[in-house]
Amino acid sequence: MADSNWLIEFPALSRDTLRLLQRSIDETFREFSRSYGQALEDFFEPLLWFMIWFERLLLNAPWWLVIAVIASCAYLASRNWKMTIGVIAAFLAIGIFGMWEDTMRTVSIITVCTLLAIVIGIPIGVMMARYDRAQATITPVLDVMQTMPSFVYLIPVVMLLGIGRVPGVIAVIIYAIPPVIRLTNLGIRLVDKDVLEAANAFGADFKQRLFGVQIPLAMPNIMAGVNQTIMMSLAMVVIASMIGVKGLGQPVLKAITNQYFSMGLFNGLAIVAIAIVFDRVSQAYGHRIQKHRQVGH
Amino acid sequence: MAKIEIENVYKIFGDNPEAALARAMAGEGKDEIHSDTGHTVGLHDITLSMEESKTFVVMGLSGSGKSTLIRHINRLIEPTAGRIVVDGVDVLTLNDADLRQFRRTKMAMVFQRFGLFPHRTVIHNVAYGLEMQGVEKRHRQDKAAEWIETVGLAGYENSYPSQLSGGMQQRVGLARALCGDPEVLLMDEAFSALDPLIRSGMQDQLIELQEKLHKTIVFITHDLDEALKLGDKIAILKDGRLSQVGKPEEILLEPADDYVAAFVRDVNRARVLTVDVVMRPPSLRLTTENIDAALREMQGHRDDFGYVFDGDDFRGVITERHLRRAATTNGNSSVYDLADDSQTVTADSVLEEALPTILQSDTPVAVVNNDGEFRGVVSKRELIRVLTEHREEPDEAAQEPKRTGP
Ligand SMILES: Nc1ncnc2c1ncn2[C@@H]1O[C@H](COP(=O)(O)OP(=O)(O)OP(=O)(O)O)[C@@H](O)[C@H]1O
Ligand SMILES: [Mg+2]
Repeated sequence: MADSNWLIEFPALSRDTLRLLQRSIDETFREFSRSYGQALEDFFEPLLWFMIWFERLLLNAPWWLVIAVIASCAYLASRNWKMTIGVIAAFLAIGIFGMWEDTMRTVSIITVCTLLAIVIGIPIGVMMARYDRAQATITPVLDVMQTMPSFVYLIPVVMLLGIGRVPGVIAVIIYAIPPVIRLTNLGIRLVDKDVLEAANAFGADFKQRLFGVQIPLAMPNIMAGVNQTIMMSLAMVVIASMIGVKGLGQPVLKAITNQYFSMGLFNGLAIVAIAIVFDRVSQAYGHRIQKHRQVGH
Repeated sequence: MAKIEIENVYKIFGDNPEAALARAMAGEGKDEIHSDTGHTVGLHDITLSMEESKTFVVMGLSGSGKSTLIRHINRLIEPTAGRIVVDGVDVLTLNDADLRQFRRTKMAMVFQRFGLFPHRTVIHNVAYGLEMQGVEKRHRQDKAAEWIETVGLAGYENSYPSQLSGGMQQRVGLARALCGDPEVLLMDEAFSALDPLIRSGMQDQLIELQEKLHKTIVFITHDLDEALKLGDKIAILKDGRLSQVGKPEEILLEPADDYVAAFVRDVNRARVLTVDVVMRPPSLRLTTENIDAALREMQGHRDDFGYVFDGDDFRGVITERHLRRAATTNGNSSVYDLADDSQTVTADSVLEEALPTILQSDTPVAVVNNDGEFRGVVSKRELIRVLTEHREEPDEAAQEPKRTGP
């Protein structure tokens, strides 16, 4: 009878084999994290210190100073008064509703994640644009990173590094970095061949081409990527709070488990407010540095 | 020695150029190789030599390999076989750093679609070459401002290219190329994207600049009129092969094959050919001041007019009738004074300009250079022959079986 069964039922591996397979994968990984976990933690130690320092900085500074600094960043980036006033109003409202501390924690982690995503993502994008082989290998990896449910890669990260800020940041970056990589690659590949040829004809070397021509001309795309990365890391903050990242995500999580609707709503709105601020300011900055595009025909 | 020597250059586009190269060298045609192997023969055995301080024009239809050829000179494209020698140095032997240095200092390029940096202002575009040369900022801004003024764009220093019209953008392209003071100017269809009027203005400007600068210019065009206007020498490419190389008048008067003939058929020769092309030595030179002596000389000659010289000085033309009248009325006057020097044409004017003078004159008109020195004479008959010759060409010539292969 077993002979014809595979036509009706999928000939899956037997339950024992599967269990064995999973166990051996888990064992190997556990072994790996046992022997390298400490080394990895040491490696990320400076990052942890920086994050703690930055978070304390935001938390300990007087609230009006923080708002002033954020508002001037917004103004410098956008040169737009209306937007700056909107930013100030958003942060005042957050403070009034008692979410100042959590918001500062979230802003701090988002800032760190974005900076890291840019620092790691742009060079990878540049490499992909330069070598077709790099593009061919990295693109599927990015696809996996973007489609894999984010809870899944929380598991190995937690196994390796425990819970806390660093694994949180790593999870957020894994989730949020693909757009900046993809759009850097795309932006550089889309740079006009004629312009690049002109740079070559005048004897530009690799660095002069990259920083003098390719990156400036790819800037609209790169900025769009950065913008998306910021948005995605904000979205990930709630999930990352499950592994101990403090900030606006934790009250949201608490609200879900205890069915506190208004608590969830307020904190959710705070996240939305931050998202809008980051989004508009980074877009305005992207537009402003491209002023040569807005003129003429 | 020539400034630029291109020796037996082949360029095959494709993954495995060596195999296709062997077939090209064996003489197979571009189409054949393409349909058999998928490889494109960009250039087929090109040998050219370009003189210093001259304008060398490369002409051909779309796809004939002009852009490919000019990009070999600064090695934006590497040949599959052959050598490119600039100032005695084989460009292909340069390593990366030397090649960059070579591109920075020796040559500059002007592009068909301008190739300006959209994120840089005009002045920063123009200063780009100097920036690559490592020239200090103040100095390169000053130099760039000078060139912007020279090409007539003063006041636009801080505009972005997108704010300028096509003609203005290409002036920026020209200024950018000249600002680094290159020895060689590579111009790939530099004026092709411009309106006819602006285009001819740019051509005039280039000619004017070249009179001062004496650069070695390699100019690509698919327009014969432009080639004839600018070129000291013209090479004609067809399907990656050279059809003919020569001076403009050689191309015009002695086309090497049907392809070239088809190109030159519709050219308005009167607008292109200059007087010195149809100029001849005078049949009779008179070097005496004495009327009787002059008359005697003229009677022994088939023409009834002569060209009077005082040593090397040209004094004018005189007819036998005029001499006779002078001999009877005033036998003592000088032939030098009697000679008529009111009708002359300059050697480098085009036939169209010289036409009225030549047609109105009873005698062949004296040709002088810009300093007024005598160069020769041009007759009505010769002029008409040159202007009408190509119309006799029967249409069957174009229908003859085309030469194929080498
Ligand atoms: N990178 C390339 N890969 C493959 N084939 C090429 C490449 N560049 C040029 N070719 C081919 O080489 C031939 C010559 O091209 P080239 O661009 O030099 O022509 P051109 O004379 O400049 O034409 P145009 O007047 O259109 O600019 C064409 O058949 C073209 O298809
Ligand atoms: Mg071309």
